[in-house]
Amino acid sequence: MKSIFRMGIPVVGKNYFPSNIQGLPTWYEIRVTGAGYQSRSNRVDVMVAMNAQTYTQDMADVAPGGWLIYDSTWPRDQLFNRKDITVIGIPFSKLCNENFDGVRARILMKNIAYVGTVAALLDIDLDVIVKLLQETFAAKAHLIDSNMQAIRLGYDYANNNVICPLPMHVEPMDKTSNSVIMDGNTAAGLGCMYAGATVGAWYPITPSTSLMDAFRSFCSRYRVDPETGKNTYAIIQAEDELAAIGMVVGAAWNGARSFTPTSGPGISLMSEFIGYAYYAEIPTVIFNVQRTGPSTGMPTRTQQCDLLSCAYASHGDTKHVLLFPSDPEECFYMAPKAFDMAERLQTPVMVMSDLDIGMNDWMVPELEWDESYVPDRGKVLNAEQLEEMDKFYRYLDVDGDGIPYRTLPGVHPKGAYFTRGSGHTKLGAYTEDAAAYQDVVDRLLVKWETARGILPGPEIQYSKFNKSGIITIGSGGGACKEALDRLAVEDIGLNYCRIRSFPFNKDVADFIEQHDVVYVVEQNRDAQLRTLLINDIEANQRKLVSLLHYNGMPINSGFVVSRVLEEIAKGRTA
Amino acid sequence: MSYIAKPKITHPGMPKNKLGLTSSDYEGTVSTLCAGCGHDSVTAAIIQAVFELGVEPHMLAKMSGIGCSSKTPAYFVNQAHGFNSVHGRMPSVTTGANAANGDLMYIGVSGDGDSLSIGVGQFVHAIRRNINMCYVIENNGVYGLTKGQFSASADIGSKPKKGEPNNQEPIDPVSTALSLGATYIARSFSGDKEQLVPLLKGALMHRGFALVDIVSPCVTFNDHEGSTKSYAHTRQFYHHVIDIDYIPPAEEIKAAYAEGEAMPIEMHDGSTIVLRKVDKDYDLTSRASAFKYLREHFNAGEITTGLLYLDESRAEMHELMGNINTPLSQLPLEELNPGSAELKKLQNRYR
Repeated sequence: MKSIFRMGIPVVGKNYFPSNIQGLPTWYEIRVTGAGYQSRSNRVDVMVAMNAQTYTQDMADVAPGGWLIYDSTWPRDQLFNRKDITVIGIPFSKLCNENFDGVRARILMKNIAYVGTVAALLDIDLDVIVKLLQETFAAKAHLIDSNMQAIRLGYDYANNNVICPLPMHVEPMDKTSNSVIMDGNTAAGLGCMYAGATVGAWYPITPSTSLMDAFRSFCSRYRVDPETGKNTYAIIQAEDELAAIGMVVGAAWNGARSFTPTSGPGISLMSEFIGYAYYAEIPTVIFNVQRTGPSTGMPTRTQQCDLLSCAYASHGDTKHVLLFPSDPEECFYMAPKAFDMAERLQTPVMVMSDLDIGMNDWMVPELEWDESYVPDRGKVLNAEQLEEMDKFYRYLDVDGDGIPYRTLPGVHPKGAYFTRGSGHTKLGAYTEDAAAYQDVVDRLLVKWETARGILPGPEIQYSKFNKSGIITIGSGGGACKEALDRLAVEDIGLNYCRIRSFPFNKDVADFIEQHDVVYVVEQNRDAQLRTLLINDIEANQRKLVSLLHYNGMPINSGFVVSRVLEEIAKGRTA
Repeated sequence: MSYIAKPKITHPGMPKNKLGLTSSDYEGTVSTLCAGCGHDSVTAAIIQAVFELGVEPHMLAKMSGIGCSSKTPAYFVNQAHGFNSVHGRMPSVTTGANAANGDLMYIGVSGDGDSLSIGVGQFVHAIRRNINMCYVIENNGVYGLTKGQFSASADIGSKPKKGEPNNQEPIDPVSTALSLGATYIARSFSGDKEQLVPLLKGALMHRGFALVDIVSPCVTFNDHEGSTKSYAHTRQFYHHVIDIDYIPPAEEIKAAYAEGEAMPIEMHDGSTIVLRKVDKDYDLTSRASAFKYLREHFNAGEITTGLLYLDESRAEMHELMGNINTPLSQLPLEELNPGSAELKKLQNRYR
């Protein structure tokens, strides 16, 4: 994959793996498009089938006219009975058994040898592969020779026995020089480090674990005080998600930028504290790398199934700010945004990534850091301001935007107040008084409207000639944009709106207003985004047509195209 | 600029501490607990402890969960920040708060339901991390706010006001903490201020996790005959082993102690704890022998009190994590962000 990228050709990779450590088959899917499409293609042109147990399924998955490569050391003729594909047998095991010693080396090298075969078949530049090998094994130079030998075995065998390259092969381009290949969890971890996060608390859960791994790895490199050798960060592996979120809330109360990465089941456990942070108004940043639910669901498959449980997490009247990154690039930029918004609004902010974004390799524009960035720490009073005040009250709406002023412990005696999840007055005192209670929860609604105005607006592509539109979020963006290109070829024009935050910006309401039909594309069964649109901005539900993809695999453009065409056939305008 | 508010003159003769504050400056709002509640005595002991230590009020963080005990941080030191969190989760909030700023003094006030039933998971893990805090359990064996159900610390055979006696094994916070490696473990009684105040002072000044388990009778739901957490029962079976005196740094040890009975132990900040051994058989430096002693006396129906275990050598959470001394919450972005050039450089790995 990286060698194709270095030939200047856009490429993305997606890993399909089971919730298991060893012994079960996994697939790695590489998609190469001149246009740089990011979503899954749902079409396999070249299959390398290395697992005997999945040969039948693998063969069935190859598109007509495609190619299937298999290890022909042992004959498997009875399985290969498709006439519309080309089957290429390469005796990988035999080649490796003849050239390498030891069981482990023979098995490992088999997996390297097929890279050589694919390189020959697809005309991938061998020099680029050699260079990548040298970089990968820079610290283990002795491995370079054996790996190179394995690649040559596969490469030469293919060249000598098969007509190379195949009619479908790659040609160098110049479309990747300003890009990187990165997964969303790495980008988010990097974003947290750049945002100045100092406390990370977490409980390991697939598919969010690699986010904290990335944060730790970046911190171990960039967050060690040069003078003392001591850390300028704290990562606490909690005993469960209840504790992880408690630690985040405690650290944020004390003025640190703190966060936790988790997934759906973690959100369920964190809900009580999320409600607390909403009512006590404590900045809290959560990354929810969504996986397939309900319950344990399919932990290694993707969905956007926690929209409602996050938007309204916890008992009582609560609602929360959500951000929707669509790819690793946005995971990086939304990390500082999440901290800024949480501290500005003094409330939980959840960044709604998913497994497809978080764990797969995306090609994204090189990340940049704006040196003029100043963190928005929100309305925090310092010692001088407190000294000059007569008296400080925690929950007064001084500015009319619904956001009160806060103080940090240890700064000044006048700043002391009692943080509580029980009923409180605007002065911060305990109350069970009807009017005083209602005063505070009504002010929280004022804050909610302030949030609506300052959160990132949607990405919109609009043409006045189009009467229908598509609304989507997060990782649905890539498939929808590609679908629009494919539909345009058939003279079907749709406008596009990718929502980036909740509560919904006015532009989202306007977009729905402007169209007769709006297809709402999301990756869950129950049309959760559509529900939020109806609930939050009272969108006209008769206009909103759900296109739902929720089988656990990343959404692909073919799904969107065929569903839109079906709806049009049923009489919907487009 | 001084951050200490002027003392309210309530009584010209009231003693002042090193900050010039009187004990009334450490008071809170008026308690709403039942008259005679043991918790109010604990509150009074905490006020006296922090007053005598001369703690700057705004440098104290008062942490709690849910329950009668957890309401009490509102009743002491008004000028300290308080955090009344959710049920059983005070330890995690304190862990995060401490990770962000280790310069504050943390006192967590919890109860037997909050720490041993709903919150037992967080209680044990806070001990494992050796968070620098004073963790008070106001232990009465019942849930007060929901009207008298047993908690996990109720003894076998203890009778409720209504219904059947408890027949499940109690969780003893002291032996639990001992097995988990807490570094300062004490038990006392809300009715024994003379013993309790120095134990609290030592716990507040100890660097690491300090547990003070306090039998604190519930006058409304668990102070009747047949209860093992009543005033009468506690007084009858109360058994001192090691009482302490807390001596601030640079102060001479004045009191005279009988040979073999007193042992000074220096703490991290230079202050001293002088142990007064009431029972010479008790060894507070050995977890094994302390555990054996506690178990034997528990079986005999006695409530062992005093400073029960002390280890001044173990590293606390920040040291274990290798953290910088400056509170993490006070580091400016310049010290945390490697900048745009470094971002460009590090991305070479992703090509």
